[in-house]
Amino acid sequence: MNNSIALKSILTKEIQRFMRIWVQTLVPPAITISLYFVIFGSLIGSRIGEMGGFDYMSFIVPGLIMMSVITNSYSNVASSFFSAKWQRNVEEMLVAPVPNWVIVAGYVGGGMCRGILVGLIVTLVSLLFVDIQLHNIWIIIATVTLTSATFALGGLINAIFAGSFDDISIIPTFILTPLTYLGGVFYSISLLPEFWQGVSQANPIVYMVNAFRYGFLGISDVSLVTAFAVITFFIVTLFTIAMTLISKGIGLRS
Amino acid sequence: MTYALEISALAKTYKGGFQALKGIDLTVSQGDFFALLGPNGAGKSTSIGVITSLVNKTAGQVKVFGYDIDTDLEKAKSFIGLVPQEFNFSQFEPLMHILVNQAGYYGVSKSEAIKRAEKYLKQLELWDKRDEPARALSGGMKRRLMIARALMHEPKMLILDEPTAGVDIELRRSMWDFLRELNKQGITIILTTHYLEEAEMLCRNIAIIDGGEIVEDTSMKKLLAQLDVETFVFDIKLGLALSELEQFATQSQAIDYRVIDDHTLEVDLNKSQNLNQVFEQLNAANIEVQSMRNKSNRLEALFVSLINKKSSVINEKSTGSADVGQQAVAEGAK
Repeated sequence: MNNSIALKSILTKEIQRFMRIWVQTLVPPAITISLYFVIFGSLIGSRIGEMGGFDYMSFIVPGLIMMSVITNSYSNVASSFFSAKWQRNVEEMLVAPVPNWVIVAGYVGGGMCRGILVGLIVTLVSLLFVDIQLHNIWIIIATVTLTSATFALGGLINAIFAGSFDDISIIPTFILTPLTYLGGVFYSISLLPEFWQGVSQANPIVYMVNAFRYGFLGISDVSLVTAFAVITFFIVTLFTIAMTLISKGIGLRS
Repeated sequence: MTYALEISALAKTYKGGFQALKGIDLTVSQGDFFALLGPNGAGKSTSIGVITSLVNKTAGQVKVFGYDIDTDLEKAKSFIGLVPQEFNFSQFEPLMHILVNQAGYYGVSKSEAIKRAEKYLKQLELWDKRDEPARALSGGMKRRLMIARALMHEPKMLILDEPTAGVDIELRRSMWDFLRELNKQGITIILTTHYLEEAEMLCRNIAIIDGGEIVEDTSMKKLLAQLDVETFVFDIKLGLALSELEQFATQSQAIDYRVIDDHTLEVDLNKSQNLNQVFEQLNAANIEVQSMRNKSNRLEALFVSLINKKSSVINEKSTGSADVGQQAVAEGAK
């Protein structure tokens, strides 16, 4: 069996899916991010002054891009895989000789593609509001790739357990959004009291946003080595969980 | 010879404790056209689910063309094409995407998949709809789409779980022709159906499953040979009064006639009787026959008798086995 063809098929199907409904998948992040720039960047940001040695608008750009990447990577896989379960077309793959890692890689790859594409769109929109600096393009690429993979895996696990469409919105609403907003997108965690700085270090999004911001501005609240170690740890852990769940057929086989 | 399908001691108990399969044994030869029949909740879909790895078995062994699903699952899967009972494709994807992607899951290159998709969409009269989303298809078209999809990797064994449910008679017959042609090409076909006429017309061998057990596993010919009585319906020329017909039916020797109305008679014939005797008696009574047909589906009669036989045994033993209704509910909840 040629696994690369199977992988390409799942990936193609996933990309076709979010491109087919581009009005729902690609346009809203561009609008949302424009509103953030207008409100937090232009209106409020001008009164805040500098943060981390940069004007507020420049400071929040990397975080806003990363926020879009995280949200879209996660929701793409969560909704697509759950929808495949709900319509039962996931059985197309389950009855075929597709290894479990190919299923995981295909869906995660699809989520990464949407996350990164939305990231690019948001970056282009942000160019309308601010001049973007590039400190280290490789750090940017590595961070966005690994972060999108992490949250795509999270979305997959959510979809495997989900029994209804409500179940795929609970985690984004009650966990992902708070973690993102408290993950240093809009502020430097060095501004927080010491206790809350410690608490923030338990939030994995802090590491992702800071590593990403380092790629643009050359500043970070956490060490890059720690940041990449944390992201890698989450990828390995979530991949292992996803593989175990699919191998056991949790939520997929009776 | 290696069997296309070899099942031994296959058992499945669902989480709620419902025992859908109670250790069934079954073999299907290569190239066979095999019917798996049973009432709702008998275990047909569970059996198919286990064979295609959509249901985890509790115990037993399943081999597909000699490959054990426990040790060579991917190899075993590559031989099977599945047409499930429920529509299970994305309603939003165009037909071509569904077929080409499905072939890709089996490692078929895109260029080859496009050729095959064109071939099967044309054969199944769906070519005009190739760029439309699946939700735009009628029920019969959706069934044909699932057959096309199951053939995209050119499987050696095709499993069809009630493929003609809800399909009109004309389309059903064209699907039968299509399936016969596939079988002639050497594809082993396993069919479950509620249309027993369908099984009788298409299949060479048959297994009947009920309450998670195989109650009959034989050739169609042998099964039908068990039939003692056949019912014939005679359309007779108008002319005799109803009372005269009833008098004829009452007075006739050896053969049981039933008068349905003033132009219809029914006759039950057992193996020791023949139609010549019937015609002799009708001629003698000056009853002119315009046409004659076989009344009931013969397989249906046998099917009902086999299932009833088993039910009565169960009732006698009072083993507490779930009735068909309960089984249907449990199967529906799986």
